[in-house]
Amino acid sequence: MPADFLSNLYVFILAGFVGFELIKRVSPLLHTPLMSLTNALDAIVVVAAIIIAGRQETPLATVLGAIAVAASFSNMVGGFFITDRMLRMFKAGKPKQP
Amino acid sequence: MTPEATQQLLDFAYIAATVLFILAIKWLSSPVSARHGVLAGEIAAALAVGATLCNPELVAYKWVITTLIIGAAVGIPLGMVHMTAVPQRTALSHAFGALSAALIGIAEYYVGVPNVTRFGMAEIGLEVIIGSLTFTGSLIAAGKLQEILPQRPIVYRGQNIVSLSVLSAALLLAVALVINPANTVLFPIMVAVALVFGVLLVTPIGGADMPTVISLLNSYAGFSAALLGFVLNSKVLVVAGALDGSSGFILSVIMCKAMNRSFTNVMFGAFGQVQAGAAAATEERTVRSASPEEAAGILAAASSVVIVPGYGMAVAQAQHKVRELYDALTKRGVDVKFGIHPVAGRMPGHMNVLLAEADIPYERLVEMDEINSDMPQTDVALIIGANDVTNPAARTDASSPIYGMPILDVDKARTVMVIKRSMSPGFAGIDNPLYYMDRTLMLFGDAKNFVGSIVRELAGGHS
Repeated sequence: MPADFLSNLYVFILAGFVGFELIKRVSPLLHTPLMSLTNALDAIVVVAAIIIAGRQETPLATVLGAIAVAASFSNMVGGFFITDRMLRMFKAGKPKQP
Repeated sequence: MTPEATQQLLDFAYIAATVLFILAIKWLSSPVSARHGVLAGEIAAALAVGATLCNPELVAYKWVITTLIIGAAVGIPLGMVHMTAVPQRTALSHAFGALSAALIGIAEYYVGVPNVTRFGMAEIGLEVIIGSLTFTGSLIAAGKLQEILPQRPIVYRGQNIVSLSVLSAALLLAVALVINPANTVLFPIMVAVALVFGVLLVTPIGGADMPTVISLLNSYAGFSAALLGFVLNSKVLVVAGALDGSSGFILSVIMCKAMNRSFTNVMFGAFGQVQAGAAAATEERTVRSASPEEAAGILAAASSVVIVPGYGMAVAQAQHKVRELYDALTKRGVDVKFGIHPVAGRMPGHMNVLLAEADIPYERLVEMDEINSDMPQTDVALIIGANDVTNPAARTDASSPIYGMPILDVDKARTVMVIKRSMSPGFAGIDNPLYYMDRTLMLFGDAKNFVGSIVRELAGGHS
């Protein structure tokens, strides 16, 4: 079993526990923004896509990588954008006078 | 700078991004700090993308920059959709995320072949299968939510056997590839079979189960990214994927509990088919109805009101009228709260976003368990566009298909008012005994118009 696999497994398990503990504490009020934010964070696969597309190894890999860059970067941009839009709507305090 | 030093700098940027990811989710726990969470996430993403663009391995910048611009051009409009369309946008973004994870895995395979190790093949195979099925599954879910595809579950005899056989075929192909990673013929077949399985997985699931499905697909998209991190030996991907995967998983568990269903039941139960037997058994029973004027009088005389909104309210675009009602009642000194069932809306937390958009302060949005303890002291429960989540049969009638589902105990309020178009049963085709109670007044009409009429009556000065 490769050594990399084991160290990645450590990181995965620890991150999974951290995620579990943090997400349990997110108020149900914010579950929709939670999903769109984690989606935007998940779009970090764009870094792998950039490498694949930019390394120009084979034409196939470049094309696949390029599609992946567009797909994941649209998630990143759109995900942060919509999460912030939603969170701006959550206001506390007295309702405005009509 | 030497290549080693550059690499180390890049690694530090990724570590900083990882820390910011965790902080982003931590800050999201409360509406007060949530926007800091978004900022942390944005800084993390900028750091990671910026660092990657400095990677000396990159040669074809024109490809990268062009596709980044295309991505932004697609992403910005998708970030501007209306709040009622957030569930389908989310499903589409699961599809995009899974697509890119799958494509990167596929590219890794073709770049590496014939030097792919067996262990590497196992990782790639699993990653590409999960990514592919999540891609097509999420597209189907988005189509159902957008109502391009039929909302009802599409079922046929032997469906579960067919679906499971297709999944087994994909896994067997992966096993064959692990035995001989250089078999480039089997690889695209495996991808195609996994894509088909994604379609089969989501097609039989009905509209009412979409909150669970969307959470589950979120979790799959996350885990496929984490697996990609294993393939590429990238810790930042492993962490981001693990966070996203566990988030989706927790949300799906919450959704399942809120509907008193198990995962297997959601995935293979095809809920939402019309219960012919239940509908036929209903005898003619009388209901009491009321006019907007009468409803306004009762609401004005109340000291506490709980409004229970359902997706029907959003369909009727009534949330802004509901906000006017909230303002009018609050001005009269009535204590108005909103009772939010976890599956109200079409994805976890959707109803809260819809009400927040209508400028209702978030501390008025109360979750189910909390509002249920207030219900017996509540003068009026006003139900707008919700049905099954208020059905007392879930508590009392062991033969009901929703028996055991946690509900909002609106039947315990002193007066119950239900705004509804007609007496037709809801999503699951289940009759609601709430409507026949002595304390219940049915307010027949379109939610938006009816609430508007109540608001006008209240403004008309019956104080």
